[in-house]
Amino acid sequence: MIKKKPLLLSGLEPLIITEDTNFVNVGERTNVTGSRKFLRLIENQQYQDALEIAREQVLGGAQIIDVNMDEGMIDGVQAMTTFLNLIAAEPDIARVPVMIDSSKWEIIEAGLKVVQGKGVVNSISLKEGEATFISQAQTIKKYGAAVIVMAFDEKGQADDLERRIEICDRSYKILVEQVGFPPEDIIFDPNIFPVATGMEEHRKNALDFFHATKWIRDNLPHANVSGGVSNVSFSFRGNNTVREAMHASFLYHAIQHGMNMGIVNPSLLEVYDEVPKDLMEYVEDVLLDRREDATERLLEFSENIVQIHKGAKKTDDAWRKEDLKSRLAHALIKGIDTFIEEDTEEARLEAKKPIEVIEGPLMDGMNVVGDLFGAGKMFLPQVVKSARVMKKAVAYLQPFIEAEKTVGTQYAGKVLMATVKGDVHDIGKNIVSVVLACNNYEIVDLGVMVPPEIIIQRAIEEQVDVIGLSGLITPSLDEMVYLAKELDRQNIKIPVLIGGATTSKAHTAVKIAPQSQAPVIHVNDASRAVGVVSNLLQKDKREAYTLQIREEYEIFKAKFLERTAAKSYIPLKEAQKNKFPIDWDNFEAVKPKALGNHTIENQSLTDLVPFIDWTPFFRSWDLHGKYPEILKDEVVGEQARVLFEDAQTMLDKIIKKEWLTAKARFGLFPANAVGDDIEVYKTEARKEVSVQWLTLRQQLKKRSGHPNLALSDFIAPKLNGKPDYMGAFCVTAGFGTDEIAKRFEAENDDYSSIMLKALADRLAEAFAEYLHLRVRTHYWGYAVKEALTNEELIRENYSGIRPAPGYPACPDHLEKKTLWKLLDVEETIGVKLTESLAMWPASSVSGYYFAHPQAQYFGLGKIKEDQLLSYSKRRGINIEEARKWLSPNLAE
Amino acid sequence: MSIERDLMKRILVLDGAMGTMIQTHTLEEEDFRAQRFKDHPCTLKGNNDLLSITQPEIIKGIHRAYLDAGADIIETNTFSSTSIGMADYQMENLAYELNYESAKIAKEVTLEYQEKTPDQKRYVAGSIGPTNKTASMSPDVNDPGFRAVEFDELVSAYKEQTLGLVEGGADLLLVETIFDTLNAKAALYAIQEIKTEKKSEIPVMVSGTITDASGRTLSGQTVEAFRISLSHHPVLSIGFNCALGADQLLPYIKRLSNQSDVFISAHPNAGLPNAFGAYDQSPEEMRDLIEAYLKQDVVNIIGGCCGTTPEHIRQIAELAKKYPPRNPKSSNND
Repeated sequence: MIKKKPLLLSGLEPLIITEDTNFVNVGERTNVTGSRKFLRLIENQQYQDALEIAREQVLGGAQIIDVNMDEGMIDGVQAMTTFLNLIAAEPDIARVPVMIDSSKWEIIEAGLKVVQGKGVVNSISLKEGEATFISQAQTIKKYGAAVIVMAFDEKGQADDLERRIEICDRSYKILVEQVGFPPEDIIFDPNIFPVATGMEEHRKNALDFFHATKWIRDNLPHANVSGGVSNVSFSFRGNNTVREAMHASFLYHAIQHGMNMGIVNPSLLEVYDEVPKDLMEYVEDVLLDRREDATERLLEFSENIVQIHKGAKKTDDAWRKEDLKSRLAHALIKGIDTFIEEDTEEARLEAKKPIEVIEGPLMDGMNVVGDLFGAGKMFLPQVVKSARVMKKAVAYLQPFIEAEKTVGTQYAGKVLMATVKGDVHDIGKNIVSVVLACNNYEIVDLGVMVPPEIIIQRAIEEQVDVIGLSGLITPSLDEMVYLAKELDRQNIKIPVLIGGATTSKAHTAVKIAPQSQAPVIHVNDASRAVGVVSNLLQKDKREAYTLQIREEYEIFKAKFLERTAAKSYIPLKEAQKNKFPIDWDNFEAVKPKALGNHTIENQSLTDLVPFIDWTPFFRSWDLHGKYPEILKDEVVGEQARVLFEDAQTMLDKIIKKEWLTAKARFGLFPANAVGDDIEVYKTEARKEVSVQWLTLRQQLKKRSGHPNLALSDFIAPKLNGKPDYMGAFCVTAGFGTDEIAKRFEAENDDYSSIMLKALADRLAEAFAEYLHLRVRTHYWGYAVKEALTNEELIRENYSGIRPAPGYPACPDHLEKKTLWKLLDVEETIGVKLTESLAMWPASSVSGYYFAHPQAQYFGLGKIKEDQLLSYSKRRGINIEEARKWLSPNLAE
Repeated sequence: MSIERDLMKRILVLDGAMGTMIQTHTLEEEDFRAQRFKDHPCTLKGNNDLLSITQPEIIKGIHRAYLDAGADIIETNTFSSTSIGMADYQMENLAYELNYESAKIAKEVTLEYQEKTPDQKRYVAGSIGPTNKTASMSPDVNDPGFRAVEFDELVSAYKEQTLGLVEGGADLLLVETIFDTLNAKAALYAIQEIKTEKKSEIPVMVSGTITDASGRTLSGQTVEAFRISLSHHPVLSIGFNCALGADQLLPYIKRLSNQSDVFISAHPNAGLPNAFGAYDQSPEEMRDLIEAYLKQDVVNIIGGCCGTTPEHIRQIAELAKKYPPRNPKSSNND
């Protein structure tokens, strides 16, 4: 037989499918007809989140991504074009080929016009006759793509073996002989239909597919076969155990018969060998049509499965009857710590040495966790819980190991983790630490506010393999640059990972990586950390990987600089002329009812709970989606619900046991704008200035009619002679966090420690929201009649804003010093500023109040040298110091 | 004799840079305008492609210099002659004429040489550049979904260019300096349409550009992904040109050579530009680097891009005579 020609596809990288290639898995979550979540994102134009789904697919191992925008409410051509264009800008997604999936020809053609690689069209058929089929095939050939051909003709869809063969044969001949289509670029989809529907004519649906597949591979040279696998189990919707088994078996047989690619939902797929024997027998009786009563038997059996599952919820401990190894694995995978000490003890008694318990059953279990997480089958909160169980088991064994004085466990590598000098945020760092620890890396956690000398000294002493740096506030970026420089100067070649909310691939590529000869890699979420570290530490991969990252960053940097260069800015003077226009002559500011400073010593936490915005809470656990919809999400919903329940339980404890103390200091003052600054006066006489806020003005050239904003635009100018007011505040819910978190950590319970910190953050934000409401309706009283729901509050549907120094509208952290001085924050409520001007405790929020109804949030963007100079003079510092503080906002 | 048969027998030599040669004539604004465009509303100095119409003798002289040096294939002076490229000079409407005239004068010159040495055929390759816009990248970092040019616009511009080149008498088409594969796919789409309309079998050469040591095109593709993305169109040759010197380009040419069963072309720059943007690799230096290509048996068509002169091509042509051509069927590709 002639050797099959390979099917060649490409994104940014090639995908070559030969006779020897394993089954090619097509990612199917970027399909509006198959994923409600993706549909919602596209309908709401949330393309950034939609891209994350594509990214997860590729990271999860999809070798091609199927994109489908066939939905009545969506402009399919526009959505396909936009989404594929956005994918093109994401090298980690664009590296794989795209499958352009639509039943509408104009959407397919729109897709073909925007992919630079060689993708796959899904699909065409003889449904509308030969003329259309030929013309579509010719066009696809001209664009350059492979094509999926459905077994469908003028008479309808092929539903038995003969029709499948007849249509595929005819389609192939037309394509190869009349159109000159390369046969290796043809992929047949001979229709996967449901089985066990109860209808006699559906009994051979799976068998017919297998036989048609084999016929195609034997008779139509070079052609490929694909299909959408989940269709087969359609009649078992709601019973995932049966569906997963059925998919496993179907795939196994289809591959045996020659199917070489397909669309499979990995979360609905069991490993063939893992399916219980009896279930597999019933499933295969159906698929292979082995018995008259196969369907009835499977239905009956599946009802039992459902019942077992329902029953299982009450008597959760059926797994306790299994053997020890399985129990340990179960405890780790499910994150159950109830029996871990007794099971570990049992394992220790069986083992020759206590260390063998760790190296054997415990590590085996954690490896399963790592694999499942890597494959997108477990989610972060579950992994953190698994780690808690592991830590407890290890802690239990520790004294026995010490007693034997054996050498420690063989770790895969050693990773130093630190939040950089001046920064106190550590939730993300702790999550990464836990995930790495789960994957058998030894973690040296130096905590928060770690000076660079200490990081370097400890890295050398501990002989770590990788250094992980985290930071949340912008000055931390400079710390990271400095550290990379220092490492390089001292000729230390340890790879550095960069993470944290303020970091970005752009900053890492442009500012940090070029400082050092050692690899510097931006790791934007915990799930990527393991892959990156493992690539860095494998001797055979390291060099190539490092080179690949470096090249990727070089390209990214070049493109980034090229793009930023193209932006144009206007001089500060011009920007000031284009300020936000407010008709001050016809505006009368409401005088605050309670001018001056106020303190809240011990805020009731119960009152804050309704003000919590839960969406960011889920995000801090890498679960993406809006609350409350996320609780019903088809992918992460279950995990979100578990996490939410755990959060409620802990929130209850926080309140009942008074673990955290919330305090606030705020003030309302007479104020007027002078140029881009705002003067705050000691009294209504407005003679004596107590402090001066410095605001920064956008300098990006705007379209006409769009102002260059600065916060000072929202305060009446002094020249105007009208009295105006503004406020400032600092709230905290963080007192107590560190003590309780340390207690959890001492019990090896990182899950609870991270949970506590995440909740403290949410409470602080809720406090800021609550206090803002009190200010609007009571202390200032400019919106006495305001009546908004909590959801409206979170959406900020009210009048006035509370921007925070260090955030987009006012990125200057030095303003916090002014705020501390004006309100005596440290003296009154004890919240401190670090040298990088992060607030301690970390769960604190500070900001200004602006009351003008037109006041709005905005992002400053980049500013030019003229404003930097003006700012440094106004601030009374030299220009180099000003440059350091404002560096993230300076145009190149 | 068809070019395929020529290529089976020997290594063919492509000419060198056009821009470098035009610079030696120190032309002024009025030279670019000539009588015909004396009232054109914008500056025309720098519109090198326009010289095919306003100073045809200079362009013919450059073609002759390269043929004298031993080039088998000369490129038309049409690198930027699309309505998109000509927009900078408000000459969108001139695109067809530029291509037609450039092909015509190049063909005239090759026919002169044909008469002198009838047994050595010379070929005119219609040069099709990438345009100055990218179809798969956004120029705006804040709007990654934005595109400055779309596929359909590129197709219509390239159709016009291709038609001019074919009707002007080009023997081949050379889609070159491809930094964004989607632009090249649009060019091939347009070429296919013209070939169908004109029932023409004109051979097509494609040549990409590896931007830097990353080994990828500007739009991010690896060598192999680039090759696969253009594999739907039957081409005479595939290769790389520009951006790098002969030594830096060699590894990528080797990779292509291993993977392709079509002819391989290479026309590197005369080294990397110096601090002033000029190329200072001497003809002898470049020749010595090119020798590695021939020794390793990885090319069928060899020439020069930015910074190369007739003297570079002379050195390369003399060297190429000493080596047999690469056999395209011997690639590792199965």
